[in-house]
Amino acid sequence: MSDTAQGTGRRAWYEPDAKLKRRHAADRRLRAYGVAAIVFALTMLMTLVGTIAITAAPAVTQTMVTLNVEVPEGAVDPSDPRGGSYQKILNESVARIFPEVDTPRELRELRQLFSNGGQYALRDKVAADTSLIGRTFEITFPLSDIGDQLRKGVIDRDLPREQRRVSDEQIGWYDRLVEQDRISAPLNWGLIFNADSRFPELAGLWGALVGSFYALLICFLVSFPVGIAAAVYLEEFAPKNRFTDLIEVNINNLAAVPSIVFGLLGLAVFLNFFGMPRSAPIVGGLVLSLMTLPTIIIATRAALKAVPPSIREAAIGVGASRMQTVGHHVLPLAMPGILTGTIIGLAQALGETAPLLLIGMNAFITAAPDSMFNPSTALPTQIYIWADSPERGFTSRTSAAIIVLLGFLVCMNAIAIYMRKRFERRW
Amino acid sequence: MKLKSMTMTATVAVAVLSVAGVAHARDQISIVGSSTVFPYTQAVSEQFANETGSPAPVVESTGTGGGMKIFCGGIGAEHPDITGASRAMKASEYEACQAAGVKSVTEVLIGYDGLSIAVSRAGTELDLTKAQLFQALAAKVEVGGKIVDNPYKKWSEIDKSLPDTKIEVFGPPPTSGTRDAFVELVMEEGCEEFPAIEALEKDAKKEICQRMRTDGPFVEAGENDNLIVQRLESDPSAYGIFGYSFLYENQDKLQGVMVEGVAPSTETIADGSYKVSRPLFFYVKNAHRGVIPGLNEFVAEYVSKREAVRKAATSGTDMAAPK
Repeated sequence: MSDTAQGTGRRAWYEPDAKLKRRHAADRRLRAYGVAAIVFALTMLMTLVGTIAITAAPAVTQTMVTLNVEVPEGAVDPSDPRGGSYQKILNESVARIFPEVDTPRELRELRQLFSNGGQYALRDKVAADTSLIGRTFEITFPLSDIGDQLRKGVIDRDLPREQRRVSDEQIGWYDRLVEQDRISAPLNWGLIFNADSRFPELAGLWGALVGSFYALLICFLVSFPVGIAAAVYLEEFAPKNRFTDLIEVNINNLAAVPSIVFGLLGLAVFLNFFGMPRSAPIVGGLVLSLMTLPTIIIATRAALKAVPPSIREAAIGVGASRMQTVGHHVLPLAMPGILTGTIIGLAQALGETAPLLLIGMNAFITAAPDSMFNPSTALPTQIYIWADSPERGFTSRTSAAIIVLLGFLVCMNAIAIYMRKRFERRW
Repeated sequence: MKLKSMTMTATVAVAVLSVAGVAHARDQISIVGSSTVFPYTQAVSEQFANETGSPAPVVESTGTGGGMKIFCGGIGAEHPDITGASRAMKASEYEACQAAGVKSVTEVLIGYDGLSIAVSRAGTELDLTKAQLFQALAAKVEVGGKIVDNPYKKWSEIDKSLPDTKIEVFGPPPTSGTRDAFVELVMEEGCEEFPAIEALEKDAKKEICQRMRTDGPFVEAGENDNLIVQRLESDPSAYGIFGYSFLYENQDKLQGVMVEGVAPSTETIADGSYKVSRPLFFYVKNAHRGVIPGLNEFVAEYVSKREAVRKAATSGTDMAAPK
């Protein structure tokens, strides 16, 4: 272009303004496209995160009810406090508030207002302190999903009866509980510290968090040393020939393999061939480590390449062996880059769902795992399970779980950026 | 990081791996199977874990067929103890079980999952046969011994005794399990009444029996049953297909269409006289009983809750609501 313009220099000489204007306009247009692209991407992201946050908002608090419970002397055996019939005790204290409710249908509707977890909360409280037997004390436990939705206004009480899930009586009872100041709405810590449950008001992420932690731990323990060893060999020791080229191409390919393929591999190898336990974080971690390995190898090789050859030459020059050169100088200098790559790889692994579904980490388990061999879920699979649940309370909890997952991802990426800034060296 | 500590990490990793390779005993119950049975199993599991204090059972929703495959994988701690199924075990699955050494399996009937065809309380109550439903909803039907594109636009064209109103039925999309069940329980059985279709080869017959019409009278309404209910309310001549629990929840607005002379209700579904219902089962591996801790107690708990589960399955009420 510029050649032709110079070739026909005369013409350019006559109308320089028009040409310059056009070039500046093109320049401005290009910048405008760029800004538009960023605005578009940001709007999309804000819409996405915004919708999730708005949907998640109701899950921030949990509606609790406080009852005065009397545990009569004979009702619970102090030597076996877990064996008592606590539901009956709770029902009696509810009946004291609503003495007029007596038909079986009404009683059933009344009980629907209180969480099924109440009896276990009471049991655990009494089991922890048997001196409570024979006394009257206060206990606070969640209202059921419909009570919770009623307070949060998800169930619209102004709708005609046939269009809502709660009866007029249930609304009346709820209002009486409010009048008596028995309803409170503290922060929903249960969402983090409870294990999964079929009842939204009792369901939490603890099992998934512990499961994800174990899986990531395994993933790190396996992929970090193996990845570094592979990268160091390929970068520092391996001869450059067709064979190592082939390995390099394959590692790059492996990084692009869809994660579900690793899930199938895990199912065939770890579960069916080695007979490892289904749904266990150890298998999840191993599968995820296969996925993370290529990322770590590639990041490590890049970090090793960035260490200037002068450092290697100086080390060898003062008589260090190649192993000492790598171990004492090159690897420590490359470590910030390696760690950054590792954290980004682990963050990817944390959000990975497909391979975990295939090895059964999407099970329903009402307890957190004790060890990495016990079945559990992981954060993304827990979101998957909740998103599938019909109860209304899970709608907001699913979004809240997504926010928790996003929070962890942001933290991990922030650590990676911090380490890069903090330890980065320029030569 | 020094090389020494790296070697350490590697050793630890290898040690962890080798421990994992050792077969391990399992102290919690493992359950797979149908997504229809899943909520009931969930409820029983949660109750069981809370009440007995045993380790929480692991319940996985894999679908009936997928569950059977995993269940019949063999005997031992790495294979599940129970699978849920929305149909009885097939002969081929039984053989697969036998071949893998799963010789003895107990079948437990949990209850029935009913499908209902409903219409607004303001609409006309119908009494249809499965054959008539097939004629109203299939893509191709038999008219005068020939198989033609479905010509019926009004119920009265199928049978003089039926009302003179247009056929308009809202139903689930092909991705839904309800649709599969409807095709299997109504369409396939209804089309057996027609000699010309019966005479076809297996694949051609299947194709005709299973294909729903797409020319208007049958409308795929998406997974949200609430929308169907609203449509039925606003249009008394329209009919809708969904799980019975939904009709139960909306009894004040909707009435069920009788099939083969029987209206859907908790009782008619439970005793099997209402024909559009499918049984729900779970299967227990007998070799695991007494080996996996708590399995016998869990099965006993499930069986004792069966009445409640059965009610929940047919009525949609919350079976695990406090006693």
